[in-house]
Amino acid sequence: MRGHSGWGKAWRTSALKPTYDVIIIGGGGHGLATAYYLARNHGINRVAILEKGWLGGGNTGRNTTAIRSNYYYPESAALYDLSLRLYENLSKELNYNVMFSPRGMMVLAHSVAEMEIAARTVNAMQINGTDAELFDAEDVRKRAPILNFSREARFPIHGAIWQGRAGTGRHDAVAWGYARAADSLGVDIIQNCEVTDVITEGGCAVGVNTNLGEVRAGRIGAAVAGHSSVLAGIAGFDLPIHSYALQAFVSEPLKPVMDTVAFSPAYGTYFSQSDKGGLVFGGALDRVPSYGQRGNMPVQESVVSGLAEMAPVLAKVKLLRHWAGIVDVTPDSSPIIGPSGIDGLYLNCGWGTGGFKAIPAGGTLFAHLLATGSHHEISRPFDLDRFRSGRLIDEGAASGIAH
Amino acid sequence: MQLFPCPFCGLRDEREFHFAGEVGKTRPKTSEPVSDADWNTYLNTQRNEKGAAREIWCHVTCQEYFVMERDTVSMDVLETVALRKEPS
Amino acid sequence: MTGSRIDSGGLIDRAKPLGFSFDGRAYSGYSGDTLASALLANGVRVMGRSFKYHRPRGVWGAWFDDPNAIFGIRLADDEFPNCPATTTQLVDGMQARAVNAWPSAKFDIKAGLDLFHRWLGAGFYYKTFMWPGWGLFEPAIRRMAGLGHLDLNTVAGYVSDQLHDSCDFLVIGGGAAGLTAARAMAEAGQDIVLIDDHPELGGGLYRRGLAIEGETPQVWIASQHKAIRQAGGRIMTSTTGFGIFDHNLVGLAEDRGFSRAPRLHRMRASRIVMATGALDRPITFANNDRPGIMSVEAATEYLGRYGVLVGRHIALVSNNSFAGQAAAQLRAAGAEVTGCDATQGPIRALGGKHLSGVEVGGKRYGCDTILASGGLTPIVHLWRHAGGKLNWRDDLAAFVPGNPMEGMIAIGAANGTFDMDEALAEARSVVKSGGASVRGDHYSITPIWPKPGAKGRQWIDFQHDVTLKDVEQAARENFVSVEHLKRYTTLGMASDQGKTSNMAGLVAMASIQGKSIPETGTTTFRPPFVPVPLELYRGQNRGHTRNPLKRLPLEAVHRAAGAAMGEYGGWLRPGWYGEKSAEDAIRAECAMARKAAGIFDSSPLGKIEVMGPDAEAFVNFIYYNTIRTLKPGAIRYGFMLTERGIVYDDGVISRLGPQRFVISCSSSHVDGVNANLEAWRQDGNDPDRLFVHDTTANWATVTVTGPKAREIVAELGTDLDFSPDNFPHMTFRETVFLGAPARIARVSFTGDASYEISVPVASVETLWKTLIAAGGSLGAGPVGLEALSVLRAEKGYLIIGKDTDGETMPHDLGFGIPRLKKQAEYVGDRSLYSEVAQLETRRQFVGLAVPERAGPLPTGAHLVDTRDGRTVSIGIVTSSYDSPCLGKPIALALMECGQERMGEQVTVLHLGETRMAQVTSPCFLDPAGERLNA
Repeated sequence: MRGHSGWGKAWRTSALKPTYDVIIIGGGGHGLATAYYLARNHGINRVAILEKGWLGGGNTGRNTTAIRSNYYYPESAALYDLSLRLYENLSKELNYNVMFSPRGMMVLAHSVAEMEIAARTVNAMQINGTDAELFDAEDVRKRAPILNFSREARFPIHGAIWQGRAGTGRHDAVAWGYARAADSLGVDIIQNCEVTDVITEGGCAVGVNTNLGEVRAGRIGAAVAGHSSVLAGIAGFDLPIHSYALQAFVSEPLKPVMDTVAFSPAYGTYFSQSDKGGLVFGGALDRVPSYGQRGNMPVQESVVSGLAEMAPVLAKVKLLRHWAGIVDVTPDSSPIIGPSGIDGLYLNCGWGTGGFKAIPAGGTLFAHLLATGSHHEISRPFDLDRFRSGRLIDEGAASGIAH
Repeated sequence: MQLFPCPFCGLRDEREFHFAGEVGKTRPKTSEPVSDADWNTYLNTQRNEKGAAREIWCHVTCQEYFVMERDTVSMDVLETVALRKEPS
Repeated sequence: MTGSRIDSGGLIDRAKPLGFSFDGRAYSGYSGDTLASALLANGVRVMGRSFKYHRPRGVWGAWFDDPNAIFGIRLADDEFPNCPATTTQLVDGMQARAVNAWPSAKFDIKAGLDLFHRWLGAGFYYKTFMWPGWGLFEPAIRRMAGLGHLDLNTVAGYVSDQLHDSCDFLVIGGGAAGLTAARAMAEAGQDIVLIDDHPELGGGLYRRGLAIEGETPQVWIASQHKAIRQAGGRIMTSTTGFGIFDHNLVGLAEDRGFSRAPRLHRMRASRIVMATGALDRPITFANNDRPGIMSVEAATEYLGRYGVLVGRHIALVSNNSFAGQAAAQLRAAGAEVTGCDATQGPIRALGGKHLSGVEVGGKRYGCDTILASGGLTPIVHLWRHAGGKLNWRDDLAAFVPGNPMEGMIAIGAANGTFDMDEALAEARSVVKSGGASVRGDHYSITPIWPKPGAKGRQWIDFQHDVTLKDVEQAARENFVSVEHLKRYTTLGMASDQGKTSNMAGLVAMASIQGKSIPETGTTTFRPPFVPVPLELYRGQNRGHTRNPLKRLPLEAVHRAAGAAMGEYGGWLRPGWYGEKSAEDAIRAECAMARKAAGIFDSSPLGKIEVMGPDAEAFVNFIYYNTIRTLKPGAIRYGFMLTERGIVYDDGVISRLGPQRFVISCSSSHVDGVNANLEAWRQDGNDPDRLFVHDTTANWATVTVTGPKAREIVAELGTDLDFSPDNFPHMTFRETVFLGAPARIARVSFTGDASYEISVPVASVETLWKTLIAAGGSLGAGPVGLEALSVLRAEKGYLIIGKDTDGETMPHDLGFGIPRLKKQAEYVGDRSLYSEVAQLETRRQFVGLAVPERAGPLPTGAHLVDTRDGRTVSIGIVTSSYDSPCLGKPIALALMECGQERMGEQVTVLHLGETRMAQVTSPCFLDPAGERLNA
């Protein structure tokens, strides 16, 4: 018995080589997963991940860890349910406990009209092959008795959309698990390496300049959500993206009081309880476009008050910490996976508020794209060209719920 | 809670303002043919500057639109200018 | 008994004893005590158990820097979780319990977990519990984790106040530096606010115990206080600056006493003076988590502020020059103090639950209490919130505020100026130079940092049980970034957010890696500075004040008529009337409206005026339908699109004159339509030739609909000729009602002849009563929104947002002509020719018929097809009712290629069950429009 002294480095500290088959810019969940699947699914391990800070330090390490596939459109359901299926087996696959906890998620409906929309969504999910149930108020109470069931509540609970397979995971562990697994397959992980320029020859991206020097590759993938426009600017094009701060909150740890994830669109707040006991919650984007990784009081007040409205007993619980990440917001709030318009440079971005849950699928699909140069059928609808064709995948417009 | 200077009302709480878009989004003349690419640029493409950015904002309480230049990292407001021209 | 109360001194009121209990045992303290000081005075040492190993713990700190003594406290009927004993002011009758310990902190049945520590080190979760699955272990682990138990009763009256405030200078911290700076600036005529988180001003002066400027601390503090007040300065005690946000907004939480919600001050300060002081940091040594080991600063604080001597035989282990003064004070209070130079080699605490001594560099010293100081750490959290940088100072072995910042300065110990005279000089200079600081060298320190490979269990994060070995393990596994270190080991994530642990953790990592401390860096400092109740942010952001409803002028009249009020599109409106069941009432209202007439309150309908020489071109641009050709006196139905070609609103446009239009948009979209009009108005139009004015709230509207509608409106006593030839459908007339202007529009949302009568709000009650009286004798009466919803569906009139979704374009709704014919530019025009707009498989608006006895289709059901063996959605049921008038269920739907599939059967799927329906026109009633035009 050696305690845990037998575990070696989770990943090597690699030196940057001059050339690779694939360079991935961004060492967040999507970048790390992409590298892992490039090596595992496509046998490509001459891969470098260039991370300007520390692994998982962007939105991978700042989100509220919800994992779900409760989507309306078949295109979204295919993407996010692939992700959920991969999450279900991820700890074993990576031999790293990412603590995926399928504790279920409910989207509350607060009126007859919202119940009709909830039914519409549940039916869509079932047709999409995703597990879904339409909960009435009593079903909700059984799962989350801490919620406000008063008929006098501003938004009384009528029922919910329930996805039992949804849940939470340990966000950092997802990044570390992929990093460790990718590293063991030969991928080079380079931290504190900031891309300063994209090198193009004959209109084709052939490499990047970094603070650690020049590096070249056959294909370059960018997975830098939050700063996608900055990278696009370096490469000389614009994207249909605005950057906003998304805040997240955690309370002091409590003994278990909430066993599932609940989201109320009407109150604009969702929450769950981490295994450590803290209530983890969040809500809408800040109102002012921002690259500042910090939040402001108006949204703090609306999110925190929303939580206290959803479950008034929580008003006396103390807030321990809040923070913000910068998210890519696209016109339809759906991600962008596909060619950038510059040959050799590919994009994985635009994840809005929900990139964490998509990490395994984003990695799988982006690896497919980088390995083959063409879309996996699941990523095809998420190509940049949808903004020209008008084939947007706007979940919020379909269900009235922002995703 | 940030404070923005409305050119008409002075410094006000950020909650009174609505972000209306980036400066320079001119609507293509749709009575003439407009390519998919140009329409996409108008509808969707953003510069999304990190640092100094010029944007159109609306002060919802007085309903006036104006140009605001601000730093999207530090949140410093650099300048605001009314859209409305001086009466001739 | 190790701690005890001394006979005099401190700020407590010995004339006011207070009773309380801890872990079931009764104790007493004094007014002015915290729970921690009162327990120490009673000789209680073990006040908590650590999060993971359930190790017994005493207090380390005396204020917000204590990670160990966390209590659940019951007072009268209310219970609060996770209260730090060191910052909770004692209240008579408090019943406190250590969290995470049972039956008590002293005898905790889970203490045995500590034996397994070798297997529970940093990151152990990530390497275990995977087989057969996490789900098997998670519930038990969740129950083990967590600190306090949440009592599920809400606290009556627990409502925060929220105030806005501003000042020239906000001085944060009422110690010597803060008081001096506040006085200097107040006397220089500045509007200053001084805050301090303790109930009393004075900061570290009580623990320092020495005279200041020739006065005792109490006298000096009182004279500063008086001078600040006299100069017009404001002082707030028990008030914590918990966060600094953009544009110098400082969040202040004012404590209003236990079991009351704190008050939030949103303080906008032109400049912020950070005088927040410094904290004693722990020394990392073997068994440094034993109860009875506390900071030097805490011991002198307990003595100076609370009159509590924390031990009799004290070993004072320190590496800096401030130890001597502390030792002198403790000796003066009656303790026997042995000074130990912490730099003289490995340190180890001796004894178990009861300390017996300390070993330093091989020498043993007997003691019952160990006071440790590893040096002072300036409290720079707020500086970092505001975006300031930190500099490492080798001479202080500490991070201090770095670059000068506009709008914020740091003074005193918070700035690394630990010497009193220099801190006062620095504070005074604020008023003149804006904070050029004088540096001194009276404080000296010999840094001692954790030594990798050192023996024994050396605690770094007390609450989270992170030891030096955990840091070494993290380094071994390459979690070397401070953020990885934090996240992998949970170091700094406890309820003190690393106030005691972060420095030790990062220097441990630095020395393991052979890097400098500034190279290693710090983790991010995030608000709130101390935990604050969620209620602080809520205040009146609750119930209907958080999400207000719009209310009708006639609400009281509707209620008197027995209306069941409900929320419709943000308005509180009558759903139906009377005592009957909802279903029966709605059926009766529908039947009445079709047979005689229904009278309903349509006041929320938009009434936005567009005026000016450019109004015609503007409205023509805004609407999909051609408006240019509309004649004065006439009305046209139209769609407002987004630039993406999506139908945003439908409404009717009335032309009052050549340069004047009234846009009557749907009730829930008034604000949005108005904003949209203003946005376009100011985008390229000459704002002096075009005006938009929302008059919705000025007018109230009552609509009469049905075969008897004309007879009823004739009773209003206007001068109008209501005959269909002279006042046809889709026209309006201006008239006078009760001496005030009135507008009557013939538009219909039911398919029957209807008159919308708009009058100034002051006249609407008379209007309503007149119509109800006139209608009563003809068999007509009030109808609510539910019946109206059925009536409009019978006619196939759609509700935008219900019968359309975020993909619906006008040609999907049977309104294709403007798309093909309209020459002028209009909003959304180009998008109607995108690839997606031209798809042949677009979802189109249709009706669905089902057999009479089948019951209505469920709204939200999908229309499905089987393609390639898979069920696919080809549409949705958007509205569905049992139509009393038609005697059968009807439904509206969006359906792929619906127009081509008229008459076909379609499968309707709802929650796994299927039914069949027939695709029909959405218009079930009077397709020829005879009733409408009657």
